Amino acid sequence: MKFGIIVFPGSNCDHDCLHVVTKVMGQEGFFLWHKEKDLRGADCLILPGGFSYGDYLRSGAMAACSPIMDSVKSFAAGGGLVAGICNGFQILQEARLLPGALMRNQTLKFICKDIYMRVERTDTPFTGACRPGEILKVPIAHMDGNFFTDKKQIERLNEQRQILFRYCDEGGRVDADANPNGSMEAVAGLINEKGNVCGMMPHPERCSESLLRNRDGIKIFESIVNWAARKGA
Amino acid sequence: MQAKVYVTLKKGVHDPQGEAVRHTLAAMGHKDVAGVRVGKYIEVALSDKTHEEAEATMKEICEKLLANTVIESYRYEIS
Repeated sequence: MKFGIIVFPGSNCDHDCLHVVTKVMGQEGFFLWHKEKDLRGADCLILPGGFSYGDYLRSGAMAACSPIMDSVKSFAAGGGLVAGICNGFQILQEARLLPGALMRNQTLKFICKDIYMRVERTDTPFTGACRPGEILKVPIAHMDGNFFTDKKQIERLNEQRQILFRYCDEGGRVDADANPNGSMEAVAGLINEKGNVCGMMPHPERCSESLLRNRDGIKIFESIVNWAARKGA
Repeated sequence: MQAKVYVTLKKGVHDPQGEAVRHTLAAMGHKDVAGVRVGKYIEVALSDKTHEEAEATMKEICEKLLANTVIESYRYEIS
């Protein structure tokens, strides 16, 4: 299948994502500069992590208005798979492709460490290779990952099962101690209602090879490739 | 024309930065400071001819970029 990795000025996990999809997963992958409009036949778009536009104004705010985002919105509206990682998640929210907002971490600190996240759903293109309730160890590296939305929206997200990953401890328990950034409902990742757009703060591309002593992240990429294979991509 | 834009977190949205500033002020002896909210101030130079045009421009750019209306509210003054 073909992965299109969107590069904004300030993206810095674009090469890691390309490496994982091409070298580790053996798929086709290419970069798409944010000023392009043509998605070149990609089956899945990845908005990688980084600091697009230096995080000026709000993380992801300017990137969400980039020329390529109109194409991303049409692609998503047509059912195409879109995954946002870290800054990519922030961009998808700013573009209103995912609900809520990612605010400054409760500690006001940049947090860079391994966390555990519980897979809340396995019936999605992004988690099909996981076991229900599986606990993945994945690194986070962000300043603005504190998920916030209003009470009504949270109820809706729970009803629609849109919380895809929750921060937890090694044993899978979700509580304040295991929540690194103060995220509401311990949200580490979300999926849209239609189930084709997902965003997560943790970085699966940074833990997808045994060389890195952690392969938990590869399950996200395997899920996408398996899903596409079933759809004939 | 110029617009002065004030972007602030909506009521009820927790502001850890404002809390940190309040704590520091309290530590400096300002016990009378009951609360602090941190926001943004933005100046926009406009080449619009009329006040109505400027209003329309400002409303659009605030909604689309300057504020994230999920968490922030905004107001502006045009002069």
